Amino acid sequence: MSLPLPPLPPLPWADRRRVVLRNSLGVGIAVGTYGVSFGALATTSGLSVAQTCALSVLAFTGGSQFALVGVLAAGGSALSGTLTALLLGSRNTLYGLRLAPLLGAHGIRRAVAAQLVIDESTAMAIGQDDEESARLAFWSTGLAVFILWNIATAVGALGATALGDPKKLGLDAAVGAAFLGLLWPRLKGRVPWLTALVAAAVALALTPVLAAGVPVLVAGVVAVAVLFRSASSAEAGEIVEPDEPTPGSPA
Amino acid sequence: MIWAAVLATSVGCYLLKLAGLSVPARVLASARVRTAALLLPIALLAALTAVQTFGHGQSLALDARAAGLAFAVVALLLRAPFLAVVVGAAAVAAALRALG
Repeated sequence: MSLPLPPLPPLPWADRRRVVLRNSLGVGIAVGTYGVSFGALATTSGLSVAQTCALSVLAFTGGSQFALVGVLAAGGSALSGTLTALLLGSRNTLYGLRLAPLLGAHGIRRAVAAQLVIDESTAMAIGQDDEESARLAFWSTGLAVFILWNIATAVGALGATALGDPKKLGLDAAVGAAFLGLLWPRLKGRVPWLTALVAAAVALALTPVLAAGVPVLVAGVVAVAVLFRSASSAEAGEIVEPDEPTPGSPA
Repeated sequence: MIWAAVLATSVGCYLLKLAGLSVPARVLASARVRTAALLLPIALLAALTAVQTFGHGQSLALDARAAGLAFAVVALLLRAPFLAVVVGAAAVAAALRALG
């Protein structure tokens, strides 16, 4: 039994705009700071400052950037690093499908918008109540994260080159922690947890057998395939797309 | 070789984003495809976490990195911000190594 509540009057556009812009900047600042850790880890993993900054400008999707750097740092080949990064980046395709009708962008506008399709801009856009706010949230969050992520990457890259022996500083341990930090907000529900545990176990079991970098790729695909077959469609339906900003999951 | 990986990753990641905005929605409308695409990042990130922490070339090792990861778990449970998790894990591993 629920009493019919009178609908709340919508806020005037000027107020909604202020709220959206403030939230976007907040997400941008929070995510941008992760760029420092990416810059530092990338340069201590053997990338030059230029390569590190190029990744943040051109690839601009944190999970894939960390993946490429992590696989290379662990002695994996350029090919397995690239494939892991691309598999991780494939989720942005789904985000784009979700965003396309909201943004209604074509031509150059769509080409620019594509680069800003990341976890945070998607979450902020689809969390809005109306299309006007959604568009503003997408563009303002995407641009705020883009600018701050790239400044922070450069700061981290330049800072780390001045730091010295990465192992003495524990930076190799920081890479694992960074991946866990990216994973954490996605571990909601039984199927995601199972997927994570199976993938981790398969990757470790294959490490002595396969070339560095390959176990991660195989584990990723195997874990999804196994769970895909076993999970009933009802369970699969429990997995929801992120619909609110998850500050723990960078770009 | 690193430049090739950087550029291939960059071009590929951009095209994956652009494809989402460009192809008709029904191409990826299947619930099964969506589920797989949502689970894939989870599997890859979990595998990367495990290998980065316990992998040592082609062998496994239990060293200061595991203590760093344990710190990260506790910090995440306490809802610490990402940067604190990463820096703290490094500090724990560095401190253990300094102690020998």
